[in-house]
Amino acid sequence: MSLRKFISNKTIAALAVILTAFANTSAFAQEAGAAAATVVKPVDMGPIYKTVIFYALAFLLVCLFVAIIGKALSVYELTRKAQDKPKGLNWNTINGTLFALFLVVGLYGVYWEYTVHGNMILPEAASEHGKKIDQMFNITLILTTIVFISTHILLFGFSYIYKHTGKRKAYYYPHNNTIERVWTIVPALVLTVLVLMGFLTWRSIFYKIEDPNNKPISIEVTSSQFAWAIRYAGPDGIVGVKNFKLINSLNQLGMDFKDKNNLDDQSADEMVIPVNKPVRLILTSKDVIHSFYMPHFRVQLNTVPGMTSYFEFTPTITTEEMKAKTNDPAFKYLFLCNKICGDGHYKMQKEVKVVSMAEYEAWLKKQPTYLTDDLRKEFNLPVAAAPVAKPADSVAKDTAAVKTNQIALK
Amino acid sequence: MSTISLHDTHNHDNHDDHGHHKETFLTKYVFSQDHKMIAKQFLITGIIMAVIAMGLSILFRLQLAWPEKNFPILETFLGKWAEGGRIKPDFYLALVTIHGTIMVFFVLTAGLSGTFSNLLIPLQIGARDMASPFLNMLSYWFFFAACVIMMSSFFIQTGPASAGWTVYPPLSALPTAISGSGLGMTLWLISMVLFVASSLMGGINYVSTILNMRTKGMDMWKMPLTIWAFFLTAVLGILSFPVLVAGVVLLIFDRSFGTSFYLSDIVLGTQVLPNEGGSPILWQHLFWFLGHPEVYIVIMPAMGLSSEIMSVNSRKPIFGYHAMIYSLIGITILSFIVWGHHMFVTGMNPLLGGVFMITTLIIAVPSAVKTFNWLATLWRGNIRFTPAMLFAIGMVSFFISGGLTGIFLGNASLDINLHDTYFVIAHFHLVMGSAAIFGMLAGVYHYFPKMFGRLMDSKLGYLHFWITFICAYLVFFPLHFLGLDGVPRRYYAFTEFEFMHKWVTVNILVTWSAIIAALAQVAFLFNFFYSIFKGKVSSQNPWGANTLEWTTPVERIHGNWPGEIPTVYRWPYDYSKPGAEEDFIPQTVPFSQTMTSNMPHDFEGNSESERIQREWEAKNKNASSTDASKLD
Repeated sequence: MSLRKFISNKTIAALAVILTAFANTSAFAQEAGAAAATVVKPVDMGPIYKTVIFYALAFLLVCLFVAIIGKALSVYELTRKAQDKPKGLNWNTINGTLFALFLVVGLYGVYWEYTVHGNMILPEAASEHGKKIDQMFNITLILTTIVFISTHILLFGFSYIYKHTGKRKAYYYPHNNTIERVWTIVPALVLTVLVLMGFLTWRSIFYKIEDPNNKPISIEVTSSQFAWAIRYAGPDGIVGVKNFKLINSLNQLGMDFKDKNNLDDQSADEMVIPVNKPVRLILTSKDVIHSFYMPHFRVQLNTVPGMTSYFEFTPTITTEEMKAKTNDPAFKYLFLCNKICGDGHYKMQKEVKVVSMAEYEAWLKKQPTYLTDDLRKEFNLPVAAAPVAKPADSVAKDTAAVKTNQIALK
Repeated sequence: MSTISLHDTHNHDNHDDHGHHKETFLTKYVFSQDHKMIAKQFLITGIIMAVIAMGLSILFRLQLAWPEKNFPILETFLGKWAEGGRIKPDFYLALVTIHGTIMVFFVLTAGLSGTFSNLLIPLQIGARDMASPFLNMLSYWFFFAACVIMMSSFFIQTGPASAGWTVYPPLSALPTAISGSGLGMTLWLISMVLFVASSLMGGINYVSTILNMRTKGMDMWKMPLTIWAFFLTAVLGILSFPVLVAGVVLLIFDRSFGTSFYLSDIVLGTQVLPNEGGSPILWQHLFWFLGHPEVYIVIMPAMGLSSEIMSVNSRKPIFGYHAMIYSLIGITILSFIVWGHHMFVTGMNPLLGGVFMITTLIIAVPSAVKTFNWLATLWRGNIRFTPAMLFAIGMVSFFISGGLTGIFLGNASLDINLHDTYFVIAHFHLVMGSAAIFGMLAGVYHYFPKMFGRLMDSKLGYLHFWITFICAYLVFFPLHFLGLDGVPRRYYAFTEFEFMHKWVTVNILVTWSAIIAALAQVAFLFNFFYSIFKGKVSSQNPWGANTLEWTTPVERIHGNWPGEIPTVYRWPYDYSKPGAEEDFIPQTVPFSQTMTSNMPHDFEGNSESERIQREWEAKNKNASSTDASKLD
């Protein structure tokens, strides 16, 4: 019979492929050794092509294997048929059982993912609003996991239980208005709760009522391909005006030094912020859209050219505390770019340090101002540098405010 | 019985004696105006594009899994884009951009809607062909041209568009910002305009065919769910795609004619651009006004196909037919007012964010109804696991898994930290990627006999399903956790950040799963092309289905039915009806032939029919119960 012939042909072919594959591996090993010994350019592509051919043949081998099994199955089924025996393999049972198996293994897989990969995710939120976000996340996670598990048990369970047997007729059940109403209203109610919570959290993040005794520190972040510029407001607490038309190699941000608020603005290489003090981020971009993303603080907002956006948050855990909490002495807070912005997108980062108020003030004093002598010339300002204004009145005031706040909290 | 069908009035009437007009190879296979041939053209082009896009994804998955390793073979094929065997960062971005564009538009929109709307609309509503066969042909050829232009961008000096598939300006508007925004982006925009034209011509055709050309008795509430899905998909497309064209035209103006619709206050290095007054956010509004309906354009046909296939193979009516339709309508309407959830963190007014969050989460309700109805359809069914059925069940599983993570992302507060991370990747690859492709594959296995008159091999189908199903979960499930760790998408390598190093091993698992899943598609491709020529010849109604397409002859003639178009008497889901002899009653069987199985609600309040049924029942109670056939 032709089938048998077919199989034997296939077997011979398979053997041939196995042999070639082995021959190739050994040849490849030798060639690789030779290539390593003599590092010559241009690269000798011989071994590479051989590896590719090796994998291609290995795949062909798998295909042959599948083909052989397929043929064997059909031969088996044909012989069962020829002998008038019941059909050899019941694919309905096999697939139904596979679904049941998939359910069990899948549930374990989900458990494994939740516990193993679930332990590798971000540590607890290091900001006030972040805690609310985390709480919302957990509630949503619990609800969706319940739905996820139960619907999958039903889906694969039904697939297993109600697989075709030939003994039974399906139950004609076109609709049931009560049940349909229930499963429209219940999700609607659950979602209403989630929407309300989400809406309130969202409002609390973006609509902040400013506490006059605890004014936020203003920090401006400007993104460009592929770097971040951080500008501190300086002693006056106000970030000065910018104009993109003033940008040149000296004046990278295009600060308009006719605006007095610009005179004391300081540049920084990293973002240092005091703990428990609100920070108001002023986000701008020089060229394309970037996204300012501080995952540990649950802060993200795009930086858009031609538009200024704001995000206010209050860090609650210092870097040192987080090192202890995560048990990782190398832990760093950082911010990074999270909107495709060009080929250097994957390496735009800056470190963030959350420190005590005292450390912050000491650090801030050391940061240089933007205004240089060259810029003074450009803006016709007196070159003989006026002594830098007295250190940080507003900051001092704010510190006091924090203290009183803390006392009040106690 | 009435014999005149209204829709035969136009010239399709005499299709039997069409032999005289000779069909050449060109008119039959290339510039065909027959909806079935056009469907096949869409399908095969879609499959080719899918294979290409899958290949691109394997390339960038290699980079993600082994960022430090060289694959010299890549240089052989990619030349300067993979110098020394490592994909370059800008080419990596081109890969993800084109992968996304092809998959979303060419595979899951044209390949899915184009194939099954064209194939099934005339067949399932009982029409000889589309309302405008010529427009239909144009629709395919515009699509084909769009594909060719998109692919041609791989053969130009500056490379394909690489600003992400959403092509946000200014990145996509400034050739100096990224090399892909040069000629590659121009080609992308041209391709997209052609694509939208194609999809509009298709959509207008689908809607007018469904509204005007239904056979006698086929009222809207007797249409299969597939047709409802295609209908609403086409409506969505017609209303939203033109907005994309508007956006694209403005982008072309900004790129080529110096306007400032999307550009303002831009400095590249120290070069100050003159543009002022535009807003990049405008593009995002225009793009997502299409972009969000687009994901429903992708998923609704898959939902329709799965509903039909699950009902046929469970041998049970679809549970809650009306609820299924109302939920589709609900999704259609809501999908127009949720686009802002893609923009929660763009700096858009937070008040808008709150509103879009509410509308977005409401859309979960009709989705939940659909899911529960599918589960109820399986309950106490008599499930035959054809490959199509497996893929339909897989579709439901992916839809649940991916849909649930949408509840996180639709919540503006949670989106702050999840936006543009791998969590988003995992979410939409499950809910609209895998689910839609599984719906499409289910449709291919199920309707293969209607396209080629043969059956695909089911065992290879099982193998294809199980490997793909398992590997798709292995690929996308772990990615959620990368997102929860704050790993952004579209990163060329995880080497620059300390905290991402731990995910490289996960990436290796994901890449291997992706490679295995890709290789499993060889089983499908072989099965598909082999079965076209050598598959087992199909019977007329291989699945025992009720819908009209299975009353056409296996030979798939031009004009679909050799004689007159059949009349429809009942809804398409009378499976396993109590009292019926077989476990299915086709739509063409009148109630007068099924007196034993008729139910009061079948007559939709028609008192005359109810009276006849009552009389018959009364009579049969008295007489012996076996002479039911006398009454025909």
